[in-house]
Amino acid sequence: MSHSFDEISQQLKRRHRKSARLKWISMGALGLAGLFLVLFFADMLSKGLPAFQQAYINTEVRYTEEASRDGRLAFEEELLPLISRTVVRVIPLQLRNNPEMIGTSEQRWMLATSEVDQYLKGHRNRLSDEEKAEIDERVATGQVDLRFNKTFFGSGDSKIAENAGILSAVVGTIMTMIVTLLISFPIGVMTAIYLEEFAPDNRFTQLIEININNLAAIPSILFGLLGLAIFINFFGVPRSSPLAGGMTLALMTLPVIIIATRTALRSVPDSIRHAAFGVGCSRWQVVRDHVLPLAMPGIMTGSIIGLAQAMGETAPLIIVGMVAFIPDVSASFTQAATVMPAQIFTWSGEPEQAFVEKTAGGILVLLSVLISLNAFAVVLRKKFERRW
Amino acid sequence: MQTNQLLLLFCTVLLLLGLVAFFVGRAKAARVRASGTAMYAQPGQYAWFAVLSTAGPAVLVGAVGSLLLLLLGANIPPMYLLAASLVVAAAGLAVGVAQVKPHFHARQAIERVIRWVLTGAAMISIFTTFGILFSIISEALRFFQMHSFWDFITGTTWNPGASFLAAAGRGDGSSAEFGSVPLFAGTFMITAIALLVAVPIGLLSAIYMSEYAPQRVRTIAKPVLEVLAGIPTVVYGFFAAITVAPIIVNIAGFFGLDASYNNAVAPGIVMGIMIIPFISSLSDDVINSVPDSMRQGSLALGMTKGETIRDVVVPAALPGIISAALLGMSRALGETMIVVMAAGMRPNLTANPLEDMTTVTVRIVASLTGDQEFESAETLSAFALGLVLFVVTLTLNLVSVLMIRRFREKYRVNNL
Repeated sequence: MSHSFDEISQQLKRRHRKSARLKWISMGALGLAGLFLVLFFADMLSKGLPAFQQAYINTEVRYTEEASRDGRLAFEEELLPLISRTVVRVIPLQLRNNPEMIGTSEQRWMLATSEVDQYLKGHRNRLSDEEKAEIDERVATGQVDLRFNKTFFGSGDSKIAENAGILSAVVGTIMTMIVTLLISFPIGVMTAIYLEEFAPDNRFTQLIEININNLAAIPSILFGLLGLAIFINFFGVPRSSPLAGGMTLALMTLPVIIIATRTALRSVPDSIRHAAFGVGCSRWQVVRDHVLPLAMPGIMTGSIIGLAQAMGETAPLIIVGMVAFIPDVSASFTQAATVMPAQIFTWSGEPEQAFVEKTAGGILVLLSVLISLNAFAVVLRKKFERRW
Repeated sequence: MQTNQLLLLFCTVLLLLGLVAFFVGRAKAARVRASGTAMYAQPGQYAWFAVLSTAGPAVLVGAVGSLLLLLLGANIPPMYLLAASLVVAAAGLAVGVAQVKPHFHARQAIERVIRWVLTGAAMISIFTTFGILFSIISEALRFFQMHSFWDFITGTTWNPGASFLAAAGRGDGSSAEFGSVPLFAGTFMITAIALLVAVPIGLLSAIYMSEYAPQRVRTIAKPVLEVLAGIPTVVYGFFAAITVAPIIVNIAGFFGLDASYNNAVAPGIVMGIMIIPFISSLSDDVINSVPDSMRQGSLALGMTKGETIRDVVVPAALPGIISAALLGMSRALGETMIVVMAAGMRPNLTANPLEDMTTVTVRIVASLTGDQEFESAETLSAFALGLVLFVVTLTLNLVSVLMIRRFREKYRVNNL
């Protein structure tokens, strides 16, 4: 007998070990997911943070008569391969606006080429050994330095890596989001009010509900096909415009807002409705004066989250043509524009090494906007959430 | 005049008429009331009714008119339309003000109008679905007139070749082949890799969070996992192409294997990471709603905790878990940016995930971003692919919903 007891307790030990193993494995799985997240953010930060700095060269600029025709002539010849090609246009433009400067000269920090920039940051570059030696010498005397990258935040796209910025994409995103919100917020809230407060429980209502859940799960690229075929080809909305993109994204955001609003409306207790009906309010008065104000924080939270989702969406916008090359910032709803994710996509396709950094920098900007939006939504919910 | 100038004019006049309606209506109602007659509604409500009867029909006439204009071509000059809708607005104003009578139920009339407006808003989501269906099907049908449906479904070579020349009137386009099998093979390969990553990690995380983790860990871990779902896919695509793909190539090289930089593994793994939260959060909910009596019964029979989870809880939650996996699968099938940026462009029928292969969504993007004529077979093929994608994801979603419903009915839980 005792032998068998031993066996059983051995077996029991094995079973408990096995049980403990499941706990560790499942914990490891969660840890792995967390690890992915940490690695991902570390990778993005290490790739993107350098984009916020840019190499500049401190040099003498001679505003001569020749320089007003070709900006390159304002510099010492040996520096020319190191200074950004943008001076060809920048210096003459400056001299045309301030003709009195012709004949003078000044010490100035000029934008360096992306090759110099990449060399200083220790990345792959195409500089020759003499050029590297030249730069090292100037770095030692403080004539070449990495400084805050104003161009990145202050200008639009460019094919010249050091001159490319994200501003036109930011403006495009804002314009597109205005359109999206103006369409999807009222329609979404009205639909949710109808379904929660007005609709009878019949076939038609069920159809709408199934339909909304289904819309939430349709791949986003199909909304792009809809935008292309209906908005652009049928209604003639200008291609690539924030209007076309915003309308497409609005349809995508609609289910998110509807579902969030319904949850918010449902969390308002019935006693409030009963009290309002009791003093003689009509249905619409109950909703407008009592239920809606109480549900507002929940609706706002849901809408902000939906907006953040729409802001990161790329695929449908590519289909409606919002991957245009936009060098100048334009705040128009009907002209071609680009948005942040599309700009990231465009940059990621550029072969130059310097654009890898730009892409990651753009990603950091996008992620910080999204994280702040979501954090704002969470704070809003924490601050105004009411437990009934 | 420009269209937007007309629109501006229309809006301004309508706004003015609305203001007139509001103040005239309110003043009249106040006068009637001041004379001592009891009224069914407040002066403000009469005023709002007057505004609605001014603006509503006018906007309706304007909208229907411009829709007809678009549908039938420019038969009516826009100026006439503008004039017509403004006349309707003026008539509405007259009717609205005339209705300010003691026996008129203005509040109920407003209520009826609002109910119609809300119903209209709810219809828009239905229109969206029909819009998607209509736009995809009509263009896909045009494609199937050029190329046979059977070849599209069973063909093993995707080679749009010179079809854009045929649309431009040169060449006959007969060399173009649209066999979608390699595209679907690539899509399913990448989706399978994604599910291989996401289902074990998502399910095990859900098990840990619902069965083991202390409350404090749960409140932190859940939102952290949700962050994974909130990262834009274009960012994942960049991550897959720049960071993960070279790692995969290096690892494959270490084992003496030859991997392409556009291999299917990198987008698959990253897509798997992306859908972890979809699977874990739904599985978590499902496992939480397995009734405790089942756990108690199992533990009372002497099962260890691990055995209870493996043999009782997970099998009971299986319909919900499968439904979560199906939802994740439908996400992965329709995912675009990750594969556009990290997977290849070459339709390639192979079972080796280290080779480059392309997917349905990549083809859709590629054929719609080129400079081809919209009428060309290559452009239209995007809609045919979209149609198949729509049908597949719709089926997956419906099956998933049905399974969840079955689970809910079996255990009578209402919070799923």
